[in-house]
Amino acid sequence: MKAILTLDNLASGLVTTIWTPVFVAIFLAIVAYAFWPRNKAAFDEAAHLPLREE
Amino acid sequence: MSQPSISKSMTIGESGLAVVFAVTAFLCVIASAKALDAPFAFHAALSAAASLAAVFVIVNRYLDRPAALPPQEINGRPNYNMGPIKFSSFMAVFWGIAGFLVGLIIASQLAWPALNFDLPWTSFGRLRPLHTSAVIFAFGGNVLIATSFYVVQKSCHVRLAGYLAPWFVVVGYNFFILIAGTGYLLGVTQSKEYAEPEWYADLWLTIVWVVYLLVFLATVIKRKEPHIFVANWFYLAFIVTIAVLHLGNNPALPVSVFGSKSYVAWGGIQDAMFQWWYGHNAVGFFLTAGFLAIMYYFIPKRAERPIYSYRLSIIHFWALIFLYIWAGPHHLHYTALPDWTQTLGMTFSIMLWMPSWGGMINGLMTLSGAWDKLRTDPVLRMLVVSVAFYGMSTFEGPMMSIKVVNSLSHYTDWTIGHVHSGALGWVGFVSFGALYCLVPWAWNRKELYSLKLVNWHFWIATLGIVLYISAMWVSGILQGLMWRAYTSLGFLEYSFIETVEAMHPFYIIRAAGGALFLIGALIMAYNLWMTVRVGEAEVQMPVALQPAE
Repeated sequence: MKAILTLDNLASGLVTTIWTPVFVAIFLAIVAYAFWPRNKAAFDEAAHLPLREE
Repeated sequence: MSQPSISKSMTIGESGLAVVFAVTAFLCVIASAKALDAPFAFHAALSAAASLAAVFVIVNRYLDRPAALPPQEINGRPNYNMGPIKFSSFMAVFWGIAGFLVGLIIASQLAWPALNFDLPWTSFGRLRPLHTSAVIFAFGGNVLIATSFYVVQKSCHVRLAGYLAPWFVVVGYNFFILIAGTGYLLGVTQSKEYAEPEWYADLWLTIVWVVYLLVFLATVIKRKEPHIFVANWFYLAFIVTIAVLHLGNNPALPVSVFGSKSYVAWGGIQDAMFQWWYGHNAVGFFLTAGFLAIMYYFIPKRAERPIYSYRLSIIHFWALIFLYIWAGPHHLHYTALPDWTQTLGMTFSIMLWMPSWGGMINGLMTLSGAWDKLRTDPVLRMLVVSVAFYGMSTFEGPMMSIKVVNSLSHYTDWTIGHVHSGALGWVGFVSFGALYCLVPWAWNRKELYSLKLVNWHFWIATLGIVLYISAMWVSGILQGLMWRAYTSLGFLEYSFIETVEAMHPFYIIRAAGGALFLIGALIMAYNLWMTVRVGEAEVQMPVALQPAE
C-alpha cells in the first residue's frame, strides 16, 4: 500500500510487520516453557496451591 | 491535625490522606458554588460531604486504634485482612439486587412503554446505562475486588498490603459507582456505551484504580509463596488492562471545570474504533479474565481437587492475552470502519474460541474425581454451570462475529440474548458461587445458613436464564429475518413498527426470566445475611461441606 519507498515508510512498515512474528515467537516460547518436562513437577505442585493454605 | 503522643502517632498515610480529603472537601464546596449545571453542583456537594466524612473516619479510626498497626502475622500465621473484603461482598449483593431490579424495570418498559412514566429520570435511555453499570461495574466490580483481595492474600500467604489503601479502594470504587449512577438518572453521560460516566467520575476512577493496582502488586511482591498462582495472573491482567482501556477510551476535554459536559478527544471512526476496542476488551478482561481468576481459585477450593492442568492454565492465560485485544472491530461490521479491520476483528474473534474452550475444559475437568459433589453441593453446581455457560457464550460469540452471521444478528435481540447468556449464566453464576464460598470464609462461619436455599436459587435463576435467552434468540432471529424480507416487487415486506409488534410476546417472556433471576438473587441475599447473623463460628478448620438433604 506504500506509494513511495522512503526510509520512513520502510521503517514503519517493518515495525508494524515485525509485531506478528515477535508475538508468535514469544507465545511459542511460553508454550515451550509450559510443556518443558523439567517444569512438570513445579506445575503439579502449583495446581494444588489453593488446597494447601493457612 | 496529628496529635503526636509518646507511643502513638499518625502514619504518613493517615495524616496525608486526611489533609488531601480536607483540601478536596474545600475545593468541592467551591466547585459546587460555581457549578454551571445542577447535576454538577449536586455531585460536587456529594463529593464535599464524602470528603469530610473521610476526614472524620480517618481521624476517628486513628483515635480508636492501638499505637501499633495490625501485625502482619499472628502465631506464625498471616493475619489476613478481611474488612475490605466484607465491605465489597456486602456492596456486591446490594448493587446486584439494585442492578437486576433496574434490568427488570427496563425489560418491562420494552414490553409496556407506559412504564417510562413520561419522566426524564425514569426513561429507558437513562435507566439502561444504570442497569448495565450496576450489574457489570457495581455488582461484578465489587465481586472482583472482594475475591481478588481474598485470593491474593490466601495464595501468597501474606496480609494484604497497605493499612488505609485497601479501604480507599473499596470505598472509593463504590463512591465512583454512586456518582456514575446518580449522574445517569440526572442526564449526565458522555454517551459511550459501558463508559458513560463523565470526565470527573473518570478521573476519580483512575485514582482509585491505580491504588487498587498498587495494593494488589505490593501484596504479590511481599508474598511468602514463591510461585505466583495463576488466579493472580488473571486478576493482574484484569486490573492492568482495565486501566489501559479506561485511559485510552476516555480522554476528554470538559467544556468548563465547573460543568459536567465534556467532549471526547477522538472523532469519527477513530472514536468508534477506540470505543469498541474498549468495549470488547472490557468483556475480555473485566467479564472474562477477572472471573476466570475466580474459576481457577474457587472451583479447586470448593471441589477440593487440584487444577486439572496447570500447564493448560498458563497457555489459556497467554492465549487470551495475545488474542483478545484485536476482537473489538466485530462490533463495527458493515460500518465506515475499513474492511480489513473488520475482517481482522472477525478472525481474532474466531481464534479466541480455542483458548476459551481450553479454559472451560480446564475448569470442568478440575472436577474429575469429584463429580459426585455436583449432586450434593449446589454451590459447586452453580460454579460448574457457570463454566458451562462460559463455554456456550464463547462458542456463540465467535459465531456471531462472522460477517455473514452478523449481517443477520447485528442490531437485533440476538445480541442481547448472547450478552445475557454470558452475563447471567457465566458472570452471574460464578459470582454467586464465589459469594456463597467467600461470605462464610470472610466472616469466619462454619458453613452457609442453608444449602437448600442455594438449591432454590440455582433452579429459579437457571429457569430465568433459559426463559431470557431463548426468548431473545427467537425474537432476534425473527427480527433479523423480518428486516431483510423483500416482496416480489423488491419492496421491504415489513414496516419497522410491524417488527416491533412481533417482539412483544418475547419481551414479556424476557421480563419474566429477569424476574426469576431477581428472585433468585433475593434468596441469596437472605441466605448470606442469615449466614452472617446466625452462622456458627468456625474453629480453625477448612470449610467442611455438609451434604444437602
